[in-house]
Amino acid sequence: MKELIIKNGFVYDPLNRIDGEKMDICIRDGKIVKTVKDSAKVVDASGMVVMPGGVDIHSHIAGGEVDTGRLLRPEDHVKDVEVKTALTRSGVGYSIPSTFTTGYRYSKMGYTTVMNPSMAPLTARHTHEELADTPMIDTATYPLLGDWWFSLEHIRDGLTKENAAHIAWMLKATRGYAIKIVNPGGLEAWGYGRNVHSLDDVVPNFGITPREIVRGLCKVNTMLNLPHSMHLHTNNLGQPGNYVTALETMKCVEDLARDDKPVMHITHIQFCAFKGEDWGSFSSGAEEISKYVNNHNHVTLDVGQVVFSDTTTMTADGPFQFGLYHLTGNKWVNSDVETETSGGIVPFRYKRSSAVHATQWSIGLEIMLMIKDPWKIFMTTDHPNAGPFFLYPQIMTWYLSKDAREKMLTKINKRARKKSLLPTIDRELSIYELAIVTRAGQAKALGLKDKGHLGVGADADVAVYNINPEVASKEFVAARKAFERAAYTIKDGEIVVKDGEVVKQVFGKTYWVDVQTSLPHDINDDIKKKFKDYWTVEYENYPIRDGFLHSPAPVAVKAEV
Amino acid sequence: MITLIPKRASKFPIEGKNISPDVFAKKSAKQIAALEMYEGNRKLSIGDLFDIKVDNPSSEDLTIKIEGNVSTVRNIGFRMSVGQVIVDGDVGMHLGEEMSGGSITVSGNAGSWAASQMKDGTIEIKGNAGDYIGAAYRGSTKGMSGGTVIIHGNAGHEVGNHMNDGLIKILGDVGICAGIHMVNGTIFVKGTSQGRAGAQMTNGKIILAGHSEDVMPTFTIEDVKAKVKVDGEKVEGPFYRFTGDLADNGKGKLFVFKPKNPYLSSYDKYLED
Repeated sequence: MKELIIKNGFVYDPLNRIDGEKMDICIRDGKIVKTVKDSAKVVDASGMVVMPGGVDIHSHIAGGEVDTGRLLRPEDHVKDVEVKTALTRSGVGYSIPSTFTTGYRYSKMGYTTVMNPSMAPLTARHTHEELADTPMIDTATYPLLGDWWFSLEHIRDGLTKENAAHIAWMLKATRGYAIKIVNPGGLEAWGYGRNVHSLDDVVPNFGITPREIVRGLCKVNTMLNLPHSMHLHTNNLGQPGNYVTALETMKCVEDLARDDKPVMHITHIQFCAFKGEDWGSFSSGAEEISKYVNNHNHVTLDVGQVVFSDTTTMTADGPFQFGLYHLTGNKWVNSDVETETSGGIVPFRYKRSSAVHATQWSIGLEIMLMIKDPWKIFMTTDHPNAGPFFLYPQIMTWYLSKDAREKMLTKINKRARKKSLLPTIDRELSIYELAIVTRAGQAKALGLKDKGHLGVGADADVAVYNINPEVASKEFVAARKAFERAAYTIKDGEIVVKDGEVVKQVFGKTYWVDVQTSLPHDINDDIKKKFKDYWTVEYENYPIRDGFLHSPAPVAVKAEV
Repeated sequence: MITLIPKRASKFPIEGKNISPDVFAKKSAKQIAALEMYEGNRKLSIGDLFDIKVDNPSSEDLTIKIEGNVSTVRNIGFRMSVGQVIVDGDVGMHLGEEMSGGSITVSGNAGSWAASQMKDGTIEIKGNAGDYIGAAYRGSTKGMSGGTVIIHGNAGHEVGNHMNDGLIKILGDVGICAGIHMVNGTIFVKGTSQGRAGAQMTNGKIILAGHSEDVMPTFTIEDVKAKVKVDGEKVEGPFYRFTGDLADNGKGKLFVFKPKNPYLSSYDKYLED
C-alpha cells in the first residue's frame, strides 16, 4: 500500500468547485482518497498551487504523420538534443520530439494525459506502438473516420444505425477513443486532386455533402454514447473568410443536441476564424465565433494558439497542406491513405513580423478571452501545427496577464497590432479558470471521469507548481518558469517529476472505447471483397487484436443501437 | 600558442567541439586538459587524448596547433569566432562548422561537412576534402553564409549545398552537384566537375575552369565571356555563360571553360555575334 499526502497547497480543482482552498490531498495506490495514515509520504506544497495533472485534448504526438514529419526534419532535431541520463533515455526535440522526449517534456510541465488526435486507421498499429513508447502520460488516439468509405456509403444510403454499428467496430478495430473528422468530404475529393469548399459541395463518387457527413457522424456519436463528442477539423481550414464555414458547421448540428450537452468539438478554432477576402485583407473572426459560442451550448472548442516559433505543420487535410506548400515554397510531404484519409506536412515558421501570423496569434487569444465560459474552450497549440507543446507555459501567461499580452503586442507586426482586439480586452484568467482550460474542462469534454479532478476516487494525477496565485498576473515571467518546471508531477500516485526534473520513469495507459452494440456489425462478403479489392490489408488482418496494446484501458460504453 | 599532440590513434569518433580558440581562451594548460571530450560513448577529457603544450601562457595569442593525425576528431573549431587553428595532419568531419571568424589551416585532408553553415572566417585545406563542404545541415536550407574556403586538392559531392554567401575555391576536382540549391556566393573549381553543377540554384556564381561532365538541360546559354572575376581576381577564359536553374526560376550564373569542354560547341549556334 503506497500512500502520499500533498500538504498545505492552494488547491484548484474546478470539477469539485475548489478554488484555491488550502487543503491536503491524500493518495493511496494511485487513487485520490479521503485520508491516509500518518506514515504516508509527505509532499510539502506550502505556498504552492496544486492542480489535477494537465490534460491535452489535441496534440499530434504519434503515428504516421508525426513520424514522417520526424524524417522530414533532421534540422529540427539537431538544435534540440536531449542527453541520456541514469533515468531517462536520450532523444531529440524540437517541434516533433521523439516519443520519450515527448513524454518527459509533458511530464515536466505537470501534464499527465495527452490525446493523439489524428490517426489514419491503417496506421493504428504504428500509432499504438509509438504511444506505448511514450512514457509518463496516459494517452488515447482518435481514428480518422470522416472520409472512410464504408461510413460514407452508409450515410449515402441513409443507414444511420448500420453506420453506428460499423463505427463501433472501427473504434474497436483501431483501439480508438473518438470519431475524428478532418475536412469532411475534402479528403476523399483530394484523392482526385480536388477539394470541397463549403458544407454543401458534393463529394465525388458518393454524391453526398460535408453537411450530411457531419450530421450523420454526429448522430452516430450520440447513438453510440461515446464519452467524447465528435472531434472535428472544419472545411476550408486556413482560408481567409472561413469563419463563415466554422459558424455554419456549428449551426448544422444545433438540432441534434440533447440535454444541453455538447455534441461537437471543433478543434484548433483559431485556424477556422479567419475573416477577409484574401491574405491582404486578412483579419480576425474571433468576435463572431465567440458570440455564437457564448449563446450556444452544443459545441466545445480548443484554440490551436499560435506561438512564434519554428514548427512543423501536419494534418490529415491534404489539400490544405498542398496550399500551404504553395504559400511557403518549403519542402513538403503529401499523401492519400487508401480509402481512408490523406495527409500533409510542411515546415512553418510563425514570425512576429508577419501581419498574417501576428493576427493569427491575436485571434487565438481573442477567442479564449471573449468566450465567457471556460468550460467551452481549451488551451492547445494543435501541437505542432501552431507551435510545439512545450511552449504552453508562455500561452498560460498570456491568459493570466494582460501585461504579458501587452509585452508581446509591442513586438508584433504594426498592421496586426492595429487590427488586434487584444488592447480592448482586460480579462485575465484566474488560476481557477486556467485549471479549467488546461485540465478540468478538457477531461470533462473527453468524458474521462477519473481525470482532471482531485475528488475521491480520481486517478492520482497531480501537478504542483511553485506559484503564488495572488501575483501570477504581475509576475508572469516567474509564473511561466513555474509552469515550465513543475515542482512536483504525480502520476498514478507516484512522484515522477520533482523541481522540473524527471525522477522516475513510468508508462501510462492507452484509453479506447469498447462500444457494445446490440445491432451486430454486419460482416458480409461485400465488405470482405471490398477490403480485397481496395486495401493493401485484408479484412482479417485489419483489426488490432487483443494483446497488441501494452497497457490498454478500455472504456466500456453501452450504445443505443 | 597551444600545441596539442594526439597520444594515440583512435578508431572511434572523437567529439572535438571543445578544440576552439574561443573555448581555450584564458585557460591554463591544466584547465584545457580537463575539458570534456567524448571518444565514442566514453566521456574523457582532452588531457586523456592529447599532450598539451602551452608556449607562452601569458600572451594573448589565440593559436592552437595540432601536430599529428586527428582524422577521427570531428567538429574542431566549432563556432569559433577568433584566433587560429593549425592542423599538421589530417582532420575529421565538421571542421569549422558554424564558425564566425578566425582561420583554420589543415596541411593534410579534411573529412566531410567542413565549413558547414560557416558564417565568416577562413578555412584552408592543403589536401583533399570530403562531401558537403560549406553545406547546410541535413534538411536545412541554410548553408554557408560567408567567409572563404580554399581547398588545394579535390572535394567530394554537393560542395556549397544551399550556400547563401561567401567563397569556395577548389583547385582540384569536385564530385557531382557542386552548388546544389545555391542561393548566393561563389564557387570556383579549377579541376574536373563530375556534373550537375548548380542543380536547383537560384542565384550566385559557379565557375568551372576545367572539364565538366555535363551542363544541366535546365540551364540556358547566354554568351561567351573572355574573363571571369573570382573574388576580385580575373580568371582567363573563354567561358560559356549559362543561367539557371530554370526549373526553379533561378538566376544563377554558371561559367564553363570553353577549351576543355568542346562538346558544348553545340550551343554555339544559339550565340549571335
